[in-house]
Amino acid sequence: MTDSTKEWPLYEIFIRAKSGLDHKHVGSLHATDARMALEHARDLYTRRQEGVSIWAVRSADIVASDPADADAFFEPARDKVYRHPTFYEIPDEVKTL
Amino acid sequence: MTPHCRYVLRLADTNLVLAQRLGAWVGHAPALEEDLGIANVSLDLLGQARLLLTHAGELEARGRGEDALAYLREESEYLNLTLVEQPNGDFGDTIVRQFLFDAWQLELYGKLALSKDEKLAAIAAKGAREATYHLRYSGGWLMRLGDGTAESHGRVAESLARLWPFTNELFDGDEVDRAVSAAGIGPDPESLRDGWLRHVEEVLAGATLTQPAAATFGWYGKQGRHSEHLGYLLAEMQSLHRAHPGAAW
Amino acid sequence: MYTQGLDSLGKDCLRGEAQDGAALESRFQSRVDAEEKIEAKDWMPEAYRRTLIRQISQHAHSEIVGMLPEGNWITRAPSLLRKAILIAKVQDEGGHGAYLYSATETLGVSRDQLVEQLLEGKAKYSSIFNYPTPTWADVGAIGWLVDGAAIMNQIPLCRCSYGPYARAMVRICKEESFHQRQGYEIMLRLARGTDSQRAMAQAALDRWWWPSLMMFGPSDSESRHSAQSMRWKIKRFSNDELRQKFVDTTVPQADFLGLKVPDPELRWDDNAGHYRFGPIDWNEFEQVLQGHGPCNRERLEARRRAQDEGRWVRDAASAWAAKREAEGKTRAA
Repeated sequence: MTDSTKEWPLYEIFIRAKSGLDHKHVGSLHATDARMALEHARDLYTRRQEGVSIWAVRSADIVASDPADADAFFEPARDKVYRHPTFYEIPDEVKTL
Repeated sequence: MTPHCRYVLRLADTNLVLAQRLGAWVGHAPALEEDLGIANVSLDLLGQARLLLTHAGELEARGRGEDALAYLREESEYLNLTLVEQPNGDFGDTIVRQFLFDAWQLELYGKLALSKDEKLAAIAAKGAREATYHLRYSGGWLMRLGDGTAESHGRVAESLARLWPFTNELFDGDEVDRAVSAAGIGPDPESLRDGWLRHVEEVLAGATLTQPAAATFGWYGKQGRHSEHLGYLLAEMQSLHRAHPGAAW
Repeated sequence: MYTQGLDSLGKDCLRGEAQDGAALESRFQSRVDAEEKIEAKDWMPEAYRRTLIRQISQHAHSEIVGMLPEGNWITRAPSLLRKAILIAKVQDEGGHGAYLYSATETLGVSRDQLVEQLLEGKAKYSSIFNYPTPTWADVGAIGWLVDGAAIMNQIPLCRCSYGPYARAMVRICKEESFHQRQGYEIMLRLARGTDSQRAMAQAALDRWWWPSLMMFGPSDSESRHSAQSMRWKIKRFSNDELRQKFVDTTVPQADFLGLKVPDPELRWDDNAGHYRFGPIDWNEFEQVLQGHGPCNRERLEARRRAQDEGRWVRDAASAWAAKREAEGKTRAA
């Protein structure tokens, strides 16, 4: 079984493509520290145009609102970005992918 | 071949050989993000090499373009620093080799941007921006490995001991360097040492590594006298091109 | 169920789920039918989530393994320009893998777990990358045929129902445009080159044509997942439709190269407005998928070696970061 404490944490990346625009969420990547996250973001998300600014945030540090669906079960309180928390368990079915 | 042409060829070959070494890592790096990071450095160095080779070919004025120079010269005609032809080894070996080189190249490009050779100055100006990033990348990794785990520390300490002897050559001037320096085309190699040492001392301190003792044996790759490794590198790099003389790709 | 890992929220969800399951499914399907995008935190059927994890991660694994057959030629590329283009292409493929792992992670699995499945031989990836690249022309053939086939698949996926996957595909398709062109350009130079270059190109086409057709997968009547995937708009066209489109587009390209497609039954059907082609050896496809293709073992071994030999590096980086956090310092960029 994977030792998930050794896994590099997930960071969400936001890029400002050029001056005047907002930072836009472009995806995520794994890194161990802030400096590495920025370097990885540069190599992964700005290969074709030099983004003028990169924001990297640990996924676990982002708080998110409810989905728009009014029948959502989740309490309208602080919640993480993804449905599942950072320490993931794979349901048994998924193991037979 | 004039000293000017030889000098440019040294820079070109050094970049090309190192780009070639790094290219072999793609698909095998310790993490997917490092595959991308290493490929990025390789592409930057290859880009600089191509510009420098073309420039050298023009200075030589014998009609040799970048590919003729890259694929049809043999070991004794290659003028790269011996440091860059050293094998990839493990990731630590590669990072140490890269860091020692990046710190040197950044200092070099800083001075070369003032060259009386305008083309060289332009290449160096652009290259300096790339070298700044490369040094940050390799320096960052050297610190992580030096001050990471006991295993990583042991490994890079060995890498440093193994590669340190090749750094003498970075600052050894010969008659080509003297001619080029006198003509305002390139800096005296010795003038790069202090700046290089500053980067090295800072990063080694962060990496909790000690500077190895100075080596006494000299290396002369930039004069065409190489270690055993260049032969294998060139054989692999050139074999397909040489198998089809005159073909276009 | 999808509730696994939700900690304290689990019990409430289970109760609610039993009561409103049908309503939720129906609402979900209406959203999909209306071409609304499903995002990471939206309610989704567990089977939808599982199917996506399987599909997106297989796609990610394919990109990563796909770096190997072409990466093989980086050190031997016959010109510096070709070397540069190839490094950039393989780098892109790594990047695509990263985007796709990223998209899969939004569904509640970690990349480490997915990679572990791949390295243990439990996860599938595109069969095509289990074939060898013995000559330079194979690099051209992969760009032309394999990337060509991939593009056929990928463009419809830009409109798939799951937001993170669709967005990853848009990014990938933008970057993909140069991949196929560079492959075709390699083939063009070879086809117009020396006799030995032309022979090299033809031999590569002979090797890669049928595996490329197999990339689209078996006929949908044979495929377990197709109908449901179509309904969920995870799949937009049938395997056969895409394969036919690929053949119709690619045969004229081969003609232009002056190369012969290795199919004696290939012919243009004027009435149908399509090329008719010969039977595919699905037995070969099955064998390769089960791990018995020419390079399956080598590919996985290469990935395992990278993973194993890189462990001390990853651990060092984690240890360094932990030390810095403990010291209360955060390294600013």
